[in-house]
Amino acid sequence: MSLATIWDWFTDPANWQGTDGVPHRVLEHLFYTVLTLLIALVIAVPLGAWVGHSGRLRWLVTGANAARAVPTLGLLFAVSMFVGPLIQSDLAFVIPSITVLVLLAIPPLLSGTYAGIDSVEPAARDAARGMGMTGWQVLTKVEAPIALPLFLSGLRSATLQVIATATIAASVSLGGLGRYLIDGLASRDYVQMVCGSILVAVLALVADGILALLEKRAVSPGISGRATRVARSRARNSDPHPEPDLDGADRSDTGPRQPAVVGSGSTGPVEATAATGTPSERDRP
Amino acid sequence: MIRFEGVTKRYADTSGTDRGDGSVAVDDLTLEAPTGKITVLVGPSGCGKTTTLRMVNRMITPTSGTISIDGRDTASLDVAELRRGIGYVIQHAGLFPHRTVLDNVTTVPRLLGTDKRTARSRAMELIERVGLDPAMARRYPAQLSGGQQQRVGVARALAADPPVMLMDEPFSAVDPVVREQLQNEFLRLQSDLGKTILFVTHDIDEAVKLGDQVAVLRVGGVLAQLDSPAKLLADPVDDFVAGFVGRDRGYRALSFAAAPELSLTDEPTVALGASADDVRAIGTPWVLCVGDAGEPLGWVRAAAVESEVTRTVLHRGGTVASTTGSLRALLDAALSSPSGRGVVADDDGRLVGTVRAAEVIAAIEARRDAVASSTPAEEATAR
Ligand SMILES: Nc1ncnc2c1ncn2[C@@H]1O[C@H](COP(=O)(O)OP(=O)(O)OP(=O)(O)O)[C@@H](O)[C@H]1O
Ligand SMILES: [Mg+2]
Repeated sequence: MSLATIWDWFTDPANWQGTDGVPHRVLEHLFYTVLTLLIALVIAVPLGAWVGHSGRLRWLVTGANAARAVPTLGLLFAVSMFVGPLIQSDLAFVIPSITVLVLLAIPPLLSGTYAGIDSVEPAARDAARGMGMTGWQVLTKVEAPIALPLFLSGLRSATLQVIATATIAASVSLGGLGRYLIDGLASRDYVQMVCGSILVAVLALVADGILALLEKRAVSPGISGRATRVARSRARNSDPHPEPDLDGADRSDTGPRQPAVVGSGSTGPVEATAATGTPSERDRP
Repeated sequence: MIRFEGVTKRYADTSGTDRGDGSVAVDDLTLEAPTGKITVLVGPSGCGKTTTLRMVNRMITPTSGTISIDGRDTASLDVAELRRGIGYVIQHAGLFPHRTVLDNVTTVPRLLGTDKRTARSRAMELIERVGLDPAMARRYPAQLSGGQQQRVGVARALAADPPVMLMDEPFSAVDPVVREQLQNEFLRLQSDLGKTILFVTHDIDEAVKLGDQVAVLRVGGVLAQLDSPAKLLADPVDDFVAGFVGRDRGYRALSFAAAPELSLTDEPTVALGASADDVRAIGTPWVLCVGDAGEPLGWVRAAAVESEVTRTVLHRGGTVASTTGSLRALLDAALSSPSGRGVVADDDGRLVGTVRAAEVIAAIEARRDAVASSTPAEEATAR
């Protein structure tokens, strides 16, 4: 096997057509991923927001993190054996796969949301209420924008994991990029396996890149620390009267606040951020 | 007018032990904060100042008693509406980190439905009014110093032009110099705006400086004394208040006494560049040097002048009192002057004459005799 054979695989038109072609498999893979993330978001965001807001039931976040230790593949077979006899259709495989993936996506989303809401300074929340915001306004106008960076790093972490792990769907005879791995293994077609892995990696990187762009656009510069850096470089380069941003600059040097690591948190948002390196962190001196 | 009537706040005993009725933070408080005036709540830490303040905008619900604003019971109003009508400055500003200074200031007008453009142009005005550079409007709170953040906090509270303001230690997080600056600007602003203000501080000097009336609370939330600052310093009701207002209150009380018409002594002066002979010709050990416009520059020790009077030989220790200032400033000018003669200038800063400490003391005693024979009401308005 060489780079040339990989190149041949990717340039072979036969691999880009039909239900076994790359576009179809990528779409299937994306379908599982998006469906999983949507379900996980619906569960994790309200729960995480409530725990962060009320400070109650924090063990939920810890517990969810600990639950990641359960082996995904084993869980998939267990759920399949349990659900399979009950349903007589493709759903017998879809439901277990999605369930397992959702369980995988919930912990990073939950701790990202929780840590984000928890990072809102009590004084800001207090000021918001004191100025006459309703509970909903406090949540949407103050808490959510401040929680956004930590939530998004949780989302990025979850997305990466789901894209990587959605390959297991193929092991219960569903589609997606996992097919190349499973089928390649069965037919000892290692080129196909390698190409499938490359596709998964590329998909993950593209998805992460899009989320990173979104993060850059959506997160207020006042929180990401971008604003302070601009002001400081302005002060260094041209401004004869350095701006009195010492106080703020010091504080914002910590950049986006990292979530308090809850429980084991072995693959929490902290790691996701470290692994992917958000732009705001990489260019910090 | 904000009126507290028999207001008590009792916090549930959170320790879980059976200690009876929990801890009382504010105890049967009856108090009136008159319209257009600054009422300062002052007292040691934990005496219930913040609790008192926050019961007005119902951030805290009183256990019993009623609080009314202009005769309307606050408990009967919609809570969000009530709060939007009250400017609230919280300790350490509590700005929204994700919003620019401008958008922080427009918060309440936007909640009230003012359109963005109107809200912003008014916010810009306020930003300048509280002494910030308009260019700062685009910054985020993290890019501001502590003092600047507090100014933004004040501007934000003023944005919807509420008649009532609640301010919880708004100037506490800054150094004494900036604090004094903020206090002066605040007084200037208030003389324009005439808000009804409830102001919390634990600093008695700040209370006395800013308050039209000062309420001293003791631990347990009991009102110890409610009086004008002058009355508070001159006549504390008990040992607690006396101890709290501090030791040099006799001296500080002079801040509230306008400088009387004193017969000032004409002071011979020299200009910068005067020769050593000119200086010695005056015949006193210390000679006052004035500038071109007649403004006092500093004292010169005649023996120390070698060829001529330069800025470097000037002694700058003495303070300058204004003819329209207070007795305290007058006495301080006399005490701080190396020659023993306090320099007095008019409002334009031009030298009028000098005064000796003994003459100021005599004026203080004459005033005391006059006050003793007047009624308390007259004294309060004498401020
Ligand atoms: N949520 C609460 N639960 C129980 N007790 C409280 C609560 N908030 C305040 N207290 C108590 O009520 C008392 C008054 O508190 P408050 O915050 O009003 O004091 P303060 O005068 O503002 O003090 P400081 O100058 O330190 O700010 C204190 O003894 C405090 O411990
Ligand atoms: Mg307080």
